[in-house]
Amino acid sequence: MKRVLILGAGTAGTMMANHLNRKLNKKEWTITIVDQYEKHYYQPGFLFIPFDIYSEKDVIKRKTDFIPKDVEYIKSAIELIEADKNQVVLKNDWVIPYDVLIIATGCEIVPGEVDGVMEAWRKDIFDFYTIEGSVALREKFKNWQGGKLVVHVTEMPIKCPVAPLEFVFLADWFFREKLKMRDKVELIYVTPLDGAFTKQRCSDTLSYLFPKKNIKMINNFSIPHVDEKNKKLISIDGKEVDYDLLVTVPVNMGSSVIERSDLGDELNFVPTDKHTLQSKQHENIFVIGDASDLPASKAGSVAHFEAEILTENILSYIANKPLTAHFDGHANCYIESGYNKALLIDFNYDIEPVEGTFPLPGVGPFSLLKESRINHLGKLAFKTIYWNMLLRGIPIPTVTAELKTSGKKLNNPANLS
Amino acid sequence: MKKDIAGFSVDVTEEGYLVSSAQWNKDIAEAIAKELGLGDLTPGHWKVIEFLQKDFAETGKIPTIRRVNKVGNIGTQELYALFPEGPLLKATKVAGMSKPVSCV
Repeated sequence: MKRVLILGAGTAGTMMANHLNRKLNKKEWTITIVDQYEKHYYQPGFLFIPFDIYSEKDVIKRKTDFIPKDVEYIKSAIELIEADKNQVVLKNDWVIPYDVLIIATGCEIVPGEVDGVMEAWRKDIFDFYTIEGSVALREKFKNWQGGKLVVHVTEMPIKCPVAPLEFVFLADWFFREKLKMRDKVELIYVTPLDGAFTKQRCSDTLSYLFPKKNIKMINNFSIPHVDEKNKKLISIDGKEVDYDLLVTVPVNMGSSVIERSDLGDELNFVPTDKHTLQSKQHENIFVIGDASDLPASKAGSVAHFEAEILTENILSYIANKPLTAHFDGHANCYIESGYNKALLIDFNYDIEPVEGTFPLPGVGPFSLLKESRINHLGKLAFKTIYWNMLLRGIPIPTVTAELKTSGKKLNNPANLS
Repeated sequence: MKKDIAGFSVDVTEEGYLVSSAQWNKDIAEAIAKELGLGDLTPGHWKVIEFLQKDFAETGKIPTIRRVNKVGNIGTQELYALFPEGPLLKATKVAGMSKPVSCV
């Protein structure tokens, strides 16, 4: 028997297990998936926990509930990928050989990369990228008397690059409508980027929301450290921002197993062909989701679109055929803007987020790059789609892996970046 | 659009980045540096410029500040001293490369 080995049973790895389980000939192939944790988190839901919109039960299920019975599931940490020997060593020195390896080990926050953060971690400095962080922040908000709330992005790339924007928009709504204390809270958004977002037209649209919501934005704030005694965030070139409560998005890095195995770049992301999803170093290694160094968003929607492409390419690879399926960088993200509204953006490597309708051209029901109530309902409905369809590799009707240009206002050539 | 830099007519973007690195040369680099208020380029500046160009040729991507530090062995404090306020935005412009965009 030959083996496809999947490392990581998060969003990307679980989808690949489901896709390949349907496509591979079981008389020839074993599918094995390895992950050290029992719980699967719906990570987009972490954003809602500090504001008491979601609780733990909305975002946690068992990983094994989403892995097909015919797939061999091993609960273990991974010690080393020995690419030259086509094998992986698990924590207990158990060695698993493979014919094809899929790396889906994701990325994680590394708060210790910024000096001063750990000294006040989950006292005055919080994250909302982990279940522990978002729950701790919910509890903090319950007794908080107000002051300067600074929402901060340390360094790009980060998982879900719109999440910190959503956080600050929701905070405006939360303190005004739910806690009735917006007058006691100063909201400040600090980013290393020169705008709200990396794509120009989207950045312009989002920047407009800042003064409207009375949120101050501080740009080009790089390589920070924290003076936790005086509650200051300080950039490398000496800019200072005072805070009473700091909500930071720490540096995001790929798994340490990638570093140990010498397969990653300086952030432990695996150099990967951005169209075929094949590793640049080893032809029988493929990379999906946040673990790769692709110039695309680190987001579940990206992993979802990649999974369809990667399934095709793995079938081609094992049949000794050229890898003809090409990923176009397609991402599709709801951006919560507070007051039960959201924006939706749909873009890829070449086409910036623009206005239009989605998924049906001219019909919608969702409107692109514009605030609407139905976009917000779409974001909330997505949780059900995630658990019931997306993770199990069931196609979402009318939503294609490749970005559709119909229904988008693309007449401005400047949209082509 | 066309722009005259150091006596050469080159294609630049609206923000002044060279459209094609093939049109770049050292005189152009010196002229852009002056325009950015960096003064004369020192060996320290050239070490950064050469690393950016070499790394881009090898990886097809503009390196991050972290990569300039870890792989190029150029300290981040030093990088900011050489190219103050947004070192990569300035250094890539001087090096005749495109504007670095963070991946979304």
